[in-house]
Amino acid sequence: MISLDAVSHDYGGGALFRDVTVQVEPGSFYFLTGPSGAGKSTFMKICYGELKPSSGSVTLLKRDLAAMSRDDLAGVRERIGVVHQDCSFLDHLTLAQNVALPLTATGRPISGSDLDDLMGWVGLTDRADAKPPTLSGGERQRAALARAIVAGPSVLLADEPTGNLDWEMSQRLLMLIIELNRMGTAVVIATHDLTLIRFAKAQVQARVMRIAGRKLQLAGAEL
Amino acid sequence: MSTRPIADLVVPKAGQNVWLVTLSAAAMAFLAVFALALSMSAARLADSWAQALSETATVRIAAQPDEIEAQTAQVLEVLRTTPGIAAATVMAQSDQAALLEPWLGPDLPLDMLPLPRLIEVTEFGGGPDRQGLRLRLAAEAPGAVYDDHTRWRRPLVQAASRLQSFALLSLVLIGGVMTAIVTLAASVALSANRQVIRVLRLVGARDRFIARAFVRRISRRALAGAGVGTALGMAALLALPDPASAVPVLAGIGFHGLSWLWPLSIPALTFVLAWSSSMATAFHILRGVT
Repeated sequence: MISLDAVSHDYGGGALFRDVTVQVEPGSFYFLTGPSGAGKSTFMKICYGELKPSSGSVTLLKRDLAAMSRDDLAGVRERIGVVHQDCSFLDHLTLAQNVALPLTATGRPISGSDLDDLMGWVGLTDRADAKPPTLSGGERQRAALARAIVAGPSVLLADEPTGNLDWEMSQRLLMLIIELNRMGTAVVIATHDLTLIRFAKAQVQARVMRIAGRKLQLAGAEL
Repeated sequence: MSTRPIADLVVPKAGQNVWLVTLSAAAMAFLAVFALALSMSAARLADSWAQALSETATVRIAAQPDEIEAQTAQVLEVLRTTPGIAAATVMAQSDQAALLEPWLGPDLPLDMLPLPRLIEVTEFGGGPDRQGLRLRLAAEAPGAVYDDHTRWRRPLVQAASRLQSFALLSLVLIGGVMTAIVTLAASVALSANRQVIRVLRLVGARDRFIARAFVRRISRRALAGAGVGTALGMAALLALPDPASAVPVLAGIGFHGLSWLWPLSIPALTFVLAWSSSMATAFHILRGVT
């Protein structure tokens, strides 16, 4: 699905991480953790092609990122659902229209009942007609998750998807993601919430990657 | 839920350039209607002047008073037997007086002036062999000069042709200004909506979809503005004085018959221009937005 081979990234002030090699297989479940500023968001951006690494090669859905045109990348993103950390929306559209955007933007049909089901799944049925600026942080994160999965992606990349949620809602959302994973979607979640990771590991076979000291390591059993 | 309505809405309506394209297109279309009318009128004018002058000629006879009648008769005989001449008529003294009245006044004693005798000639079928006719006249009536109006006709036709060129150039300039305005508007709209572009890219939208979302709105505004401007321009032309009125310069500008269909192409051309220029701008800007 997603393969990083000897990837390093540098914003100009020294390498953020070096020689990262990892493969996200179909149906796998990964957590990515590490201290703030370690490069979790950068890693995630590289995984969906928003950033090209300073060195190393990235393969997204069997295609080399370096050789992709913008349209090729758009085609890949049709199959990668992303929950961005800042949960950006089109503020002039309703929440339901925002959630349906991956289908609209790629010319795929939208089933009203499926959309309603999805909105109910993330607990936003009665907010379907609301505009994004009126949403709370938690509602935005749930809506971002709904938008990321509306098109049935092969991979879900979620950057701090529960950062603004209470524990109960975090658990609920995580269960939804686990359910998605059980249906075959590969999942990578960047989070620093170790409680969430422990909760997930009790439900699903999840592997934990940790970025620290400019290296990516598989975390030990202490989690 | 259909995909089309949301696809049309992905670009926010608000923005400083909302009216820029519409108003500019209206103004440019209004001017384009006049430039087009001027161009077509100039072409008509050139044709009619060329036509009118090319079928007539004048023979001027300057001779001693005792010879003028004989030379006039000889000239008329030569003209009568020359192929390409339909008619030849000696201009009456009253007609000559009418021609001179604007310059010399109404009470001029023409019989006291040594005026040449004028013969109006109507040609047909491309006219006579002018060089041969001049040689024959020189032999038969040495005081006669055949004037086929070339020296009048050429500058008039040139002037009308130049007027038409200026009108066409104006159309090109109007199109250029419209293109520049649309390009600017598209550039501003895309630059002001980088966040929208980023979100669309994030969900897998291709450049063509993003560009169309912007271009569709800009082009529709251009079409609407050009439609209004064209309608106003045509109405203004209809309000110009009648050709038979006392303002001959203005009266000639306009469309006749089916040529009134020509200005209807202005909104369509504006739409095509707006679509192509804003699409090119959109793709150019999207290349620079990650």
